[in-house]
Amino acid sequence: MTATAIIFLVLAIVLVWGGLIASVLFLRNRPELEQYPAGGDDDHREDDAPIIHDT
Amino acid sequence: MQWRANRSKGVTVSDAQVDAAAPRPREQWTGQVGFILAAIGSAVGLGNIWRFPGVAYENGGGAFIIPYLIALITAGIPILFLDYAIGHRFRGSAPMAFRRLGGKWLENLGWFQVTICFVIGLYYTAVIAWALSYFVFSFDLRWGDDPATFLTADFLQVSDPGISFEFVPGVLIPLAIVWIATIAVLAAGVAKGLQRANVIFLPLLVVAFLVLVVRALFLDGAAEGLNALFTPNWEALGDPDVWIAAYSQIFFSLSIAFGIMITYASYRNRKANLTTPGLVVAFANSSFEILAGIGVFATLGFFAFQQGVAIDELEGLTGVGLSFITFPAIVSQMPGGPIFGALFFGSLTMAGFTSLISVMQVVSAGFQEKFGLSVRQAAIRVGGVAAILSILLFSTTTGLLALDVTDQWANNIGIVASAILTSVLVLWVLRRGPELRTHLNAVSTFKVGRIWLVLTSVLAPIVLGYMLISRIVTLTVEGYGGLPGWYIVALGWGSIIAMLIGTFVLNALRWRQDPDKFTPWPSYPPGGAAATTGRNASDGGAS
Repeated sequence: MTATAIIFLVLAIVLVWGGLIASVLFLRNRPELEQYPAGGDDDHREDDAPIIHDT
Repeated sequence: MQWRANRSKGVTVSDAQVDAAAPRPREQWTGQVGFILAAIGSAVGLGNIWRFPGVAYENGGGAFIIPYLIALITAGIPILFLDYAIGHRFRGSAPMAFRRLGGKWLENLGWFQVTICFVIGLYYTAVIAWALSYFVFSFDLRWGDDPATFLTADFLQVSDPGISFEFVPGVLIPLAIVWIATIAVLAAGVAKGLQRANVIFLPLLVVAFLVLVVRALFLDGAAEGLNALFTPNWEALGDPDVWIAAYSQIFFSLSIAFGIMITYASYRNRKANLTTPGLVVAFANSSFEILAGIGVFATLGFFAFQQGVAIDELEGLTGVGLSFITFPAIVSQMPGGPIFGALFFGSLTMAGFTSLISVMQVVSAGFQEKFGLSVRQAAIRVGGVAAILSILLFSTTTGLLALDVTDQWANNIGIVASAILTSVLVLWVLRRGPELRTHLNAVSTFKVGRIWLVLTSVLAPIVLGYMLISRIVTLTVEGYGGLPGWYIVALGWGSIIAMLIGTFVLNALRWRQDPDKFTPWPSYPPGGAAATTGRNASDGGAS
């Protein structure tokens, strides 16, 4: 490979894969907010949805 | 889910009983990782493998990385966040989310996105069926010495443009298999269907493709291929078409602006981080594109080396030509070709399938919400109708041409128009940008500034508007692919008209449960009274 092509290959990898690594690290450090506005309760989880019985 | 509980008891619950019950709890991903994997699975599709490498090569090589990254940051990620904000705040698939955001008239935009997804699902399945067939063909290199003739004459049995009902069993059977798998995944629901499929197929795809790339790098001529892809052509950056190519690639690659990310975000719990996982999804998608670029061009370098020609003399560097003609030819010449072929077509199948299920989920979710269908009812009814239409249109001798034309119009006219309409109607006409920005920042750890509003409300519609108008002019003046005018009108513009008719009809039908009984959270303006939606129910014909 030519030096120029290698530089641009490395540049593409560093910028794009680096962006992925940076965003994963950012997410790991700040997975969610510590405080949310009041309210905002969720529906039941789908796996604890009420079961309808036939009798 | 209720239907599972009912089924386990061997009973059915009538529609009336379902109606009388409280709304079903909204399905959810099991957590942040599940959502991220599903969203990456949706974004990483056929275009990452067969479109990006050729587009980058033709638009400046190494220099393309500059417009590409600028497009990612200024348009791709901002529009992705816009989709997330709409779906998460208004907790619905596209029709319900837009309905709650702007009322009955805006619900049309949601249905337009649903019909786009429906049409795309019809032909996307066919391409996955081809990839699945070629995965099998790889083992005995069934395409022989002339893959081009094999594809069109032997496999697809392509005839003249027209509408034929002469079915090709070699396409029909894998197509039916793909539809059955799709319906099965949709019927299993968000967590146990979509998320599980992505948890299985996405890691498998990455591993298979990594093995393929490493193998490709050790082929003779691989270095020349990478030289061709990465050597920058700086003059290209002065060409507006190169910039449009970068924005198009990012836009079509990220699964944005046609309902998928709205629907996926609606299955997150209310207190869910939106923007930071969004960054992971966007960069993961681009990372796979770079990986695909390396793999595809190392392989093309080998092919050029074998033929004793330069890369720029090769043909078929993107799309169907690259995947189903050029790659089979390369596989035939390669030591260990069958394994390489199986890896390539296996990757194509998995990448396509994880995108396909996201496209069809938009349709399924739209029908579930509007017509009070259970997850399984919607999957079987929507999937069944789509499967029949798909088989009628795309497993016949005219399938390839129909697919090519429908794809061109659904993407370049349908999706682009949908994105422009979203920006103009939501951000300009209804002026809901500040509310959506506040929503993103109230739940996310990566904060978006005013610049996000500028990018989504000013830059995006300008770039996309240029793309749309120039494409309409080109298609009107030059036609498409030398095909007869009547055929383009029937299948190209015809599919857009069919989408619009579907939109208005679906919008006019009655909701089974009032979509407007809903209060967005958190309230806007912050601290103020629960605002904005919960519009008056009489406006919608809800029962």
